[in-house]
Amino acid sequence: MSTIHIDRVSRWFGNVVAVNDITMDIAPGVTGLLGPNGAGKSTLIHMMGGFLSPSNGTVTLEPSPGPDGKPAAAAPIWRNEDSYRHIGLVPEREGMYDFLTGEEFVLANAELHGLRDPRAAAAEALATVEMEHARDRRISTYSKGMRQRVKMASALVHHPTVLLLDEPFNGMDPRQRMHLMELLRKMGDEGRTVLFSSHILEEVEQLASHIEVIVAGRHAASGDFRKIRRLMTDRPHRYLVRSSDDRRLAAALIADASTAGIELDRTEQALRIQAVDFTRFTTLLPRVAREHGIRLHTVSPSDESLESVFSYLVAA
Amino acid sequence: MYNPTVARLTWRALLGRRRALILCVLPALLLVVAAAVRAMNGADDAVTSQLLGGFALATLVPLIGVIAGTGAIGPEIDDGSVVYLLSKPVGRTSIIVTKLLVAAGTTAVFAAVPVLVAGFVLNGNSQQIAVAYAVAATVASLAYSALFLLLGTVSRHAVVIGLVYALIWEALIGSLVPGAKTLSVQQWALALAEKVAGSGADISSSVAVPTAVVLLAVVTGGGTLFAGQKLRTLTLAGEE
Repeated sequence: MSTIHIDRVSRWFGNVVAVNDITMDIAPGVTGLLGPNGAGKSTLIHMMGGFLSPSNGTVTLEPSPGPDGKPAAAAPIWRNEDSYRHIGLVPEREGMYDFLTGEEFVLANAELHGLRDPRAAAAEALATVEMEHARDRRISTYSKGMRQRVKMASALVHHPTVLLLDEPFNGMDPRQRMHLMELLRKMGDEGRTVLFSSHILEEVEQLASHIEVIVAGRHAASGDFRKIRRLMTDRPHRYLVRSSDDRRLAAALIADASTAGIELDRTEQALRIQAVDFTRFTTLLPRVAREHGIRLHTVSPSDESLESVFSYLVAA
Repeated sequence: MYNPTVARLTWRALLGRRRALILCVLPALLLVVAAAVRAMNGADDAVTSQLLGGFALATLVPLIGVIAGTGAIGPEIDDGSVVYLLSKPVGRTSIIVTKLLVAAGTTAVFAAVPVLVAGFVLNGNSQQIAVAYAVAATVASLAYSALFLLLGTVSRHAVVIGLVYALIWEALIGSLVPGAKTLSVQQWALALAEKVAGSGADISSSVAVPTAVVLLAVVTGGGTLFAGQKLRTLTLAGEE
């Protein structure tokens, strides 16, 4: 049972602040690090993985108690090679000794960890990620999903108590995604500390029991997914709607409590609708249109981009 | 200090595909030229010394050193795969020392050995010229490897900087401009060659042997230490 303590950590690059005064603990179980692209997720993961020094604050690892049951002292991760006995790292970048076969790659990782039986450890790790069938093929011939799984195997080969994954689901097909989710869920249930980053809410929601949200380098929200989800869906949603009869549609919609405001935009020849109850509005709109014999030409959410969702979160 | 896994990964990256081909071309050229010169001129100590000093030690060794030294670490840092070495409880100095040995070994095999063979082809090692230049090339291999390995950890443009250094500083300025000679790996190595070769061999260095030995040790040791230091605080550029 290991915990990563992030204490008042900032990181800047020249004039750009990538991570701004973040304090959080990553405890055993699966934690999702959620945020839009460029929010500072990778910077934070790099600091947790010891590949970037915090400009300010500390990132420490409190490893699981030793065999004698005594709690081990927390130690900074930066410039501390020994912390890799506890940490497994799945980087986002693709570079990974493409000239090796999958098995050679995982074996090399096992040897570098100084494991007693590297061959057995490599075989076990490859079995865990179900890559035995392709172990003799060069990594250069692997698909993106296969590479991701071999990366996983290399990170798991020494049974780390902490697993850090940077955007692990990028480029995976749905089946591979499901398989990796199952695997990570299992690791979390075993009491390992699993942290993965993603910019996709659904991914995080399906997998993580705990979510940390980062927006523009700041710690925006923290909690379980229901709380985050509510924050995200309860905000007012804006839609742009064009129909065969905008005025009649507007009159019918405003009668319902789920609609907070409607504007007739003459230049756009469209309705700008602000809905407060997202789920109710999405069933209301087609029903009203059908009942009044109005044809809908355009229905488009005008602020559905992830960035706007997140900026709402920050304001909340 | 020596990590066999790091060595294996480095060997395979270094001798894979295109790089191995480039590493073979220059030594092959040296041997062809040596054979041609011998066939046309017969054995001649002065010509031997000119070819081994002017081409082999001044151009071949630093070029192979650039390819092996920067190639032993640069590509890994570039594509990010070095993360798999660094996310391990392995001493950073041990990683650098292993890579240095692999780079120096590669340079010795592809530069010092061809120099020795070319020397024997040219004049049958008369006046110990072949051995003298081979010793110089071996020592230079180690120093260049340390220098270019360091360059590989410091800069993303290590190959270009290395080539400029090898071709302009070592091959041109280091051979011609008197003051610059003192600061040239080539001249330090030549000092040793001068010592090894017979008195009749026309080998001369502008640096005294003790100075040369000290400077070689400083460059090799200092370069290795600094590269280890660099690796310890290596920051991987994210893709954000």
